[in-house]
Amino acid sequence: MLTLQCPHCGVHAEETELTGGGEAHLKRFGPGSDDDAFEGYLFLRENPKGVHFERWRHSYGCGKWFHAARCTVTMEVFGTYTAQTSKPPQDLLDRISEKRPGWRWRDLNEPA
Amino acid sequence: MKRYSAFAVAREALTGHKGWERAWRKAQPKKRYDVVIVGAGGHGLATAYYLGKRFGITNVAIIEKGWLGGGNTGRNTTIIRSNYLQDPSAAIYEKARSLYETLSQDLNYNVMFSPRGVMMLAQTEHEVRGYLRTVHANALQGVKTRFITPAEVKKIVPIIRLDGPRYPVLGALWQDRGGTARHDAVAWGYARACSAMGMDIIQKCEVTGVRQEAGRVTGVQTTKGDIACDKLGIVVAGHSGVVANMAGFRLPIECVALQALVSEPIKPVMDCVVMANTVHGYMSQSDKGEMVIGGGADQFNNYSQRGSFHHVEETVRALIETFPMLSRLKMLRWWGGIVDMTGDRSPILSKTPLEGCFINCGWGTGGFKAIPGSGWGFAELMAKGHSPLTEEFSMWRFREGKFIDESVAAGVAH
Amino acid sequence: MSTRLATGGRLIDRSKPVRFQFNDTWLSGFEGDTLASALLANDKVMVGRSFKYHRPRGIVASGAEEPNALVNLGKGARHEPNQRATTTELFDGLYATSQNHWPSLEFDIGAINAKLARFLPAGFYYKMFIHPRPFWKHIYEPFIRQSAGLGRAPDPETRDPDTYEHFYAYVDVLVVGGGVAGLQAAKAAAKSGARVLLIEQTAHWGGRAAVDGGMVDGQPARDWIAATVKTLEGMENVTLRTRCMGAGVYDHGYVLGYERLNDHQPQADGPRHRLWRIRTKQIITATGAIERPISFAGNDLPGVMLASAVRDYVVNYGVAPGERTVVVTNNDDGYRTAIALKAAGLAVPAVIDPRVHAIDPPLVAQAKAAGIEVLMGRAVAKAKGGRRVTGIVVTAHSGEGAALREIACDCVAMSGGWSPVVHLWSHCGGKLTWDAHHAFFRPDPAKAPTGADGAPFVHVAGSANGYLFLKDVLQDAENAGRVSVGLERDPAPDANSEHAAPIHPVWMMPAKAGDDLRAKAWLDYQNDVKVSDVQLAAREGFESVEHTKRYTTLGMATDQGKLSNINGLAILSDALGEDIPQVGTTTFRPPYTPISMGAIAGQARDEIFQPIRKTPVHAWHEENGAVWEPVGQWRRPYCFPRKGESKHQAVRREVRATRNGVGLLDASTLGKIVVKGSDAGRFLDMLYTNLMSTLPVGKCRYGLMCTENGFLTDDGVVARLDEDTFLCHTTTGGADRIHAHMEEWLQTEWWDWKVYTANLTEQYAQIAVVGPKARVLLERLGGMDVSKEALPFMQWADGTLGSIPARVFRISFSGELSYEVAVPAGRGREFWDLCLHVGADLGITPYGTEALHVMRAEKGFIMIGDETDGTVIPQDLGLNWAISKKKADYIGKRAQERSHMTSADRWQLVGLETLDGSVLPDGAYAVADGRNANGQRNTQGRVTSTYYSPTLDKGIAMGLVHNGPARMGEVVVFLKEDGETKVKARIVNPVFYDPKGEKQDV
Repeated sequence: MLTLQCPHCGVHAEETELTGGGEAHLKRFGPGSDDDAFEGYLFLRENPKGVHFERWRHSYGCGKWFHAARCTVTMEVFGTYTAQTSKPPQDLLDRISEKRPGWRWRDLNEPA
Repeated sequence: MKRYSAFAVAREALTGHKGWERAWRKAQPKKRYDVVIVGAGGHGLATAYYLGKRFGITNVAIIEKGWLGGGNTGRNTTIIRSNYLQDPSAAIYEKARSLYETLSQDLNYNVMFSPRGVMMLAQTEHEVRGYLRTVHANALQGVKTRFITPAEVKKIVPIIRLDGPRYPVLGALWQDRGGTARHDAVAWGYARACSAMGMDIIQKCEVTGVRQEAGRVTGVQTTKGDIACDKLGIVVAGHSGVVANMAGFRLPIECVALQALVSEPIKPVMDCVVMANTVHGYMSQSDKGEMVIGGGADQFNNYSQRGSFHHVEETVRALIETFPMLSRLKMLRWWGGIVDMTGDRSPILSKTPLEGCFINCGWGTGGFKAIPGSGWGFAELMAKGHSPLTEEFSMWRFREGKFIDESVAAGVAH
Repeated sequence: MSTRLATGGRLIDRSKPVRFQFNDTWLSGFEGDTLASALLANDKVMVGRSFKYHRPRGIVASGAEEPNALVNLGKGARHEPNQRATTTELFDGLYATSQNHWPSLEFDIGAINAKLARFLPAGFYYKMFIHPRPFWKHIYEPFIRQSAGLGRAPDPETRDPDTYEHFYAYVDVLVVGGGVAGLQAAKAAAKSGARVLLIEQTAHWGGRAAVDGGMVDGQPARDWIAATVKTLEGMENVTLRTRCMGAGVYDHGYVLGYERLNDHQPQADGPRHRLWRIRTKQIITATGAIERPISFAGNDLPGVMLASAVRDYVVNYGVAPGERTVVVTNNDDGYRTAIALKAAGLAVPAVIDPRVHAIDPPLVAQAKAAGIEVLMGRAVAKAKGGRRVTGIVVTAHSGEGAALREIACDCVAMSGGWSPVVHLWSHCGGKLTWDAHHAFFRPDPAKAPTGADGAPFVHVAGSANGYLFLKDVLQDAENAGRVSVGLERDPAPDANSEHAAPIHPVWMMPAKAGDDLRAKAWLDYQNDVKVSDVQLAAREGFESVEHTKRYTTLGMATDQGKLSNINGLAILSDALGEDIPQVGTTTFRPPYTPISMGAIAGQARDEIFQPIRKTPVHAWHEENGAVWEPVGQWRRPYCFPRKGESKHQAVRREVRATRNGVGLLDASTLGKIVVKGSDAGRFLDMLYTNLMSTLPVGKCRYGLMCTENGFLTDDGVVARLDEDTFLCHTTTGGADRIHAHMEEWLQTEWWDWKVYTANLTEQYAQIAVVGPKARVLLERLGGMDVSKEALPFMQWADGTLGSIPARVFRISFSGELSYEVAVPAGRGREFWDLCLHVGADLGITPYGTEALHVMRAEKGFIMIGDETDGTVIPQDLGLNWAISKKKADYIGKRAQERSHMTSADRWQLVGLETLDGSVLPDGAYAVADGRNANGQRNTQGRVTSTYYSPTLDKGIAMGLVHNGPARMGEVVVFLKEDGETKVKARIVNPVFYDPKGEKQDV
C-alpha cells in the first residue's frame, strides 16, 4: 500500500488515489521510425528488480501526472518529480547513488 | 521409480512407511547437459518431462534458485479452463486441459485434476455478446463450452445471487470439463517423473549469468558453478526480465503482484469454479473446504510478493455481492505472487535473439492451467525449432502488430 | 472432571450468570467467561473433531492460537462457522455446536479414519486414487471433500443481517498489543506528544503479567496495569482500543486493525466489525509470545493443554481444567502452573521435567516447597485415554520410552517453551534470527521491515522480541517506545528481576522415541500432522520447509501453525541433519488470525456496492418501467416495455415510432469533453485520425481515436465552438478513459502545448430528438430557428428551446432527421418532460439503447465495443475516409504501419444478410475450408452486430470478413453454437437503410 508525495500539489497520496502509468522516460517514436525503435518504445520494458523510474497520476487528487523513483523490491521511494521532463533530476540520481552504490538502469542520456 | 498405488501405500503401512524412496533424486550439477532449463516451476518441469518423453532428450538439468514449484506454480488459484477466444490461446490451453485429464495416470502421481466445471458469469449485455462469441469460436476450436441461462447457473451454484441490485446475472459461459487441480502435486509429479528419466533437478542454484559465443548460447553461470549446454530454456515467471537481461535482450514484460486468498474451510457448498469478470473476482472451493479467491492484479512494478490490500477489499466485496453468504466466513490467509504481464497479456514461447536460447514467459495471471500444454509445445520448439502450439506466441509479434488479445471476451484472464 | 472453582476468577462476575447452549444443551457460565472457559466449567472437555482422522479434540489453549475448539456459532442468518471458543466472549443466549462429525460429537463415523491412520500417512492422496481415472472426480474426491471442511456452511440464501464498517486512522506510532510491553511502549512514545494508537486483541489489558503477577514500581503488576491504562486514557494524544487486533502490516506503514465491536453483544446496535485502515509512521509490535506444546505420544487427547492455558483458566475464570493435573515442562515457566493449581487447592501429582538441575531455580524450589513432586530427567512416554486423558506413562527422557511408572490424571499441562509472536514483524519483510539459548526465532533487528524512506518502521517490544521476564520486558518496551519517536533510550520502571534455569529444547519426547510413539505424537492438532509425517516428508525429499508444509499440511489449518510450526520445523531439521536456522520458517502472511469477509468488504454492499451514476432523467426512466442495462457505472434504459409487452416488442415499437414519427433518447451519458487553447486544433489532430484543426467554427465532424498501439478505441462527434475551443463527444463508457488519455498526452508528452481539457459530461443533459417529426417538435418548443437553412446537417447552434438554454447539434446516429439537444443538467428533466408534453399528439416515443443499436445497425454505423474489440483498426471498418492522409502523425499511426496491420489478409467490415431472412446468431463465425496445424476449423469472418430490423422486417448483420469488401454478393457459411448447423449469408453493403443518407439531411 504505497504512499507517494505528489510533487504538484504536495499531498502524500494514498495508492488508492493514484493510477500507475508504467516505465517513465520513454521516448516516443512516431511514423517513419524503424521497427526496433518503435518496439522498444511501445513494448520493451526495463522492468528492473531494484530502482525503477515510473509514471503515476494523482487521479483522485489534483489530476496531475508525475514521476517517481522507487525500488521494486523494498518499495523505498527515492523521490518524486515532475512529469514534464525527459530525464530524472541530477540530485535525485545522486541521492540514489548514495543509497544504492553501483546501481544501474538504462542510460538515461541515450534514447530508449 | 517405485510405482504409487493404493496397494503400495498399504504395503508400506505395514512397515512404517520406511520403504518410500525420494520423490526426486538430490542432484549436483554435471559439467554439461544437452539442455538446461532455468526454473523448476510447473512450466520448466513440464518442458523437461516432454523433452524426455516425446523427444528422448534426457540429458537435462532443471536448475532452480529456490525450491521446486515454489514460484507461481505453488501460489495460484489452480483454475484449469480452455474457453479462450483466440485460436492460438484455445489451442494451447485446450492441449493443456486435455493433458490434465490423464496427467495423474501419465505421471503415476495424483494431481487431483477435478473437472468440476468452470463458469464465467455474464453480467452485462456486452459480456453476454462476448461469451456468445466465445461459444461459437470454441465450437470450431474443439473446445466444449456452452452459454447457460440464469436458471442453470443457480442450479449448478446454489449459493449464487442472480438478482443482485447492481449487476444481475444474465447467463454464463460454461465449460464442464474445466476445473481445478492440486497445484503442488503438478510440480511434484513432473519432478518425480523427470528425475526418474535421469534428469537432474538442482534446487537452491541461482543463475548468475548466461554464457555465449558468437551469438550462440554455450551455458550458464550459477551459484553452483558453470554448466555448459547446447540449448537453454528460460522458464522463470516473475524473473523473466532479470534472466533475459543476462542473456542480453529485453522483453515486452512488466512484473506486477497478483493476490489471492482463502477462507477458513467449510463443508462443501460449491462444486465448480465461478468467475465474475464484471465485478472482478473468482472463486472455487478446495478439497479441504477453503474458498479459494482471486481478483485483479496490482498496477505497479513489483518483485516483493506482497500486494496492496485494497485489491483484496475490492475482490472480497465483489464476491460478497455474488455470493452473499460469504460475508460470514473469515479470510484465513492472503498471499501474493509476481506475474509477468506482456503487451497483449498473452504468453511468450519463443526463440530469442540468442541462438539456442528459448524463452517461456509472460503467462500473466493464468499460467497454471497451461502447464502441460506449455511444456508440450515448448519442448517441441526446443527440440525441433518449431511447434504449431507455440507458433503465434513469438516474442516478435509485438513489432509486427500480431497480437493475441484475450481481453476481448473476458476482462480478467486467469 | 473440569469444574468451576468455588472462588477466584479475576475476569468473571459471579453475580451475573449467563445461559448458553452447546450442542443443544443449556449450560451456564458467568459474565466475563469465554465460551472455552464456560465449557470447561461445565466439564465439556471434548469439544470437536480433527480434520483428517476425526480424533476427539479438546481445548488446548486460552487465546488466538487455539487449534481445536472451533464451533459453529449462532443460528440462521447469524450462523458463523469455525469460531474459536477461546476468543468468543460468552453472552446470554449464545448458541454453539461442535464441528466436523456425523452423526454426533461423541459418535462420529469419520473416526474410522483414525483406525486407518497408518494407511493415511502424509501425502497419501498423491499416491492413491490414480486408477481408474473417472473415480477421482466422481467417487474419491466427493468423499474426501465431504469428510473435510470443518464448519457448517451458512445457508445458500443467507443475507448477513449485520453491518460492517471501515475506519481510517493516521498516527505517529501504532502499538499492537496491550500487555505490559505495549502499555509501557505506548507510554514512552506518548510522552513525546506523538499521536499514539494502542490496540489489544482481547477485551482486557495487561496480557500475561496480569495472570502471572510480579511487582512493578513497587506495586503488584495488576495495579500497575490499571494505573498505566488510566494514565494513557488521560492523554489526549493517545487512543486505546480493546477487542482490536493488528491483522496485517503492509508497505509504507499501512496496518489493518480488526475490531470486534459487537461479537460479545450481538443484539447491540451498530456495526459488528470494524476494519481499521491505519497509516502510521512507526509500529511497535508488542504481541507477546505463544507457548509451545511438547511432542509426546497421545499429546492430542482432550485434557492435554498448554500449561499457560491451564493457569489462565484457573486464575482468570476460576475454572479447573482437571482435578489431577500433571505438568510436563522443559522450562521454569511451566512450574508456575503447578504452583497456581496447588494454590487453588487442586492436585498436582507430579511435574515432569526432562532437565536435571544441580541447584533448583526459584520456581522449581517454590513448587517443591508447595509439596509437589518433581521428576527430573523424566519425560512423558505417552498419554493414555480416549475421549479424555486418563493418565500418563513416565519414562527417562534420554531413552526410548520404557515405562517407569504410570500416573493417573485428568489433565496434562505441557510447556515446551515459548515462541515470540513475530507475525506482524514478518508481514512486510522483517527477518528472523534463531536464538539458540532460548530455542526460539526472534526478530532480527538488523533486518527490519523498511518503509518509504528506506528506514526501519517496525519495532518490537517485550516477549515478542524474545524477552521473557518482566524487568527485561519493560526495559525493552521503554526502549522501543522512545526509539519510535526518535528519543534516546531511558531507564524503564523497575520490576522484580528473576532467575531461571535455561530451557532444554525438547522436540521429541522422549528423545529416542520409537516409530510407534512418533506416529502418535501430534504436531498439528487440527490437520492431524504427526512427527512421523514430517519425518516421512523429509525421507521422500520434501526438504524445503515449504515442501514439508504443503506435503504434510503442517501449519495450514485455521490456526496457521501458531502451535505447530516451530516444533515441526525442529523435527524436519533433525530429520535432515541440518540446523534449524538453515531450514528456516515458512512465510508469515496476513491476517494474524482470520478476519471476517464482511469486515473486509465494509459498508459497500448491495445498492452501494458500486455507485450508480444517474442522468438527470434517470427518475423518469425508473417511473416509466425502463428495463435497465448497466453501462459502466451508469444504467441506461434498454427499452421501455408497456403493459403486456415483451422487450422485443417494445424495441420494435420504439424503432418504428422513431422512424415514422419522433423518438426521444436520453443521451446524457455520452462523454462531453471541452478542449481549449491556442494549440487545441493541433492537439486534436494528434488525438483523432481525422484532421480536426480545419473544422470550421459552428460545424461538427465525426472522429476516430486510436490507441498508440493502432487500435480503434473511441469515436464521436467533435464540434468547434470557437477558434480555440472544441467539444469532443465520446462513447458512454469512454468519457473518463478518453479524458484521462488526453491529459496523459498533454501532461507527459506535449506539455508545452497550450491546451486545457475539462470533462463536462455531467454538466449537461443531452437529449436526442429523432425522427421525421423532430423539427416540428422543436419548432413547437420555440426559441430558435432549427430549419434546414439555419441549422444544416452537421452543424450546431446555441439558443433556447422552450425558454431553456440549449445547444443543438444536427447530428444523427439513426439516419433520421435528428437533433441532439444539450441543456444544463439541472434543467434536463424539465426539457424531457416538455418534449413529451408538446409531442404527445405527434406520438413521441422514448426509446432505449436497444432501439438505438438497431437503428444504427440499419444504417451501417459502427459501435465501439461491437464492431471493435481492441484488435480492430479503423482501416478494417471501411473508415479510411476518416483517416487523414495529410497528417504526418497521429496517435496510432506508426503502429498501423506494422506488417500485420497493413496486410491484405485482414478481416474487413461488410453487411451480412441471411438467405432466409433469419437473424444471424450473435458472435457466429464464418468457416473456411480445412483445419489449421492445431486441428481447429479455419475461419474467414465473424458477426459483430446482428439484429432483427423492424424497418426492413428481416435479419440484418454486420461482420468482419476476410477481404470482405471485395466479395460483395458472395455467400459465406456461418455455424451455430453447436459448430455444425449452417447458416448461409450473403455479403452486402453494410448500409441497409437509406443508403444515400437522404433522411438525415432534410
